[in-house]
Amino acid sequence: MEALTLLGWMFDGLLGLGLLWVAWRALTSPDLFRAIVLFIAFGLLMALAWVRLEAPDVALAEAAIGAGLTGALLLAAFAKLSSITASGDEKQADSARIYSHQLYWIAAVALLVAAGLGYVILSLPPYAAGLSVEVAANLQTSGVSHPVTAVLLNFRGYDTLLEMVVLLVALLGVWSLGGPAIGRGSAPGPVLDMMARVLVPLLIMVAAYLLWVGAHAPGGAFQAGAVLGAAGVLLLLADWRPRAGLMGWPLRLMLVAGPAAFVVMAALLYMVEGRLLAFPPAQAGMLILMLETAATVSIGVTLAALFLGGRPQSDKEHT
Amino acid sequence: MSTSLLYALVGIGLFSLSLYGLIVHSHLLRKILALNIMGSGIFLVLVALAGRTGEAPPDAVPHAMVITGIVVAVSATALALTLMLKLAAETGRAELPDEGRE
Repeated sequence: MEALTLLGWMFDGLLGLGLLWVAWRALTSPDLFRAIVLFIAFGLLMALAWVRLEAPDVALAEAAIGAGLTGALLLAAFAKLSSITASGDEKQADSARIYSHQLYWIAAVALLVAAGLGYVILSLPPYAAGLSVEVAANLQTSGVSHPVTAVLLNFRGYDTLLEMVVLLVALLGVWSLGGPAIGRGSAPGPVLDMMARVLVPLLIMVAAYLLWVGAHAPGGAFQAGAVLGAAGVLLLLADWRPRAGLMGWPLRLMLVAGPAAFVVMAALLYMVEGRLLAFPPAQAGMLILMLETAATVSIGVTLAALFLGGRPQSDKEHT
Repeated sequence: MSTSLLYALVGIGLFSLSLYGLIVHSHLLRKILALNIMGSGIFLVLVALAGRTGEAPPDAVPHAMVITGIVVAVSATALALTLMLKLAAETGRAELPDEGRE
């Protein structure tokens, strides 16, 4: 037992140092492409840290979104940026702007912030139950047996409602800024083509599994939606584009399915129960599964659309 | 020192490192990268402090908030990257104009 604890401590210590080191390299690497790749590695290390902190739900979300999708977005933006600006421009600009004596001041400010925050953390009481007691006490009326899903969909359902709206607003922002969607590149190589064909059905199955299992174990709408989004990104990378007819209202319908389901459910429950998103315990499990299904589709499609970039043209807009 | 404290301090370290990176770099893609690492640091503090429940399972509320936060962060990143590309297409540079230094 002693040796096991020691091993755990060594692992935590190394992981903590590794996180700081990779983050520092990602922040300071002179090569922008390398910085982005280091950031993706950082996301994977973060997923390990979440597992060590007994937060498997967060680990799943981090691995799929924090490392996977954010990394894909950054790499796509880097590729587009390289075609707009001349390479090498960046290094000159960075070194010309900041003088070395200013660097010391900025470092001093960052250190001061770290010391202040560290002092606050160390002065916190070592034991604090937070809201875990309330969550455990009300779990059986929530319709699901996994506490994180209960919080996300039931106890604080309005957070998730607003989050769905944030995703939609971000996409509307990206679309209204205009600019082309990522173009069709050359035909994908046989490896990428084959991988997409094998992985996409598998990813859809994994998403469905995560959605279902979220009721009683780590998983749920966000992780499932992120995996679905990853499948979409893979298809887009393999040069697959949906038929133009699907890009009009069918796409929009999928984008708003999640927020719309939430708003309708909130309004209905408000009329029946008198409180926003107050699920009747008997039907809660079923209602939450319906909400989560709509949310999964919307999150997946929105994330893939964010990767695509510009607003896809439908048939009507062409003519 | 407990595991919670260790990871909370690592979170603060990440926050401070990226605060430095955010100020020092003028390239917008690097600023977006720094903001993402900064967010990870804040999430780490939140979840680490949720583990201060002794032997009981950790508090689920901060976990749910962090999952929400991760999804919001990726949408904000996508929007920020599009804004950056738009600026670069207009001005030829992925940087904000700095009028005080010319």
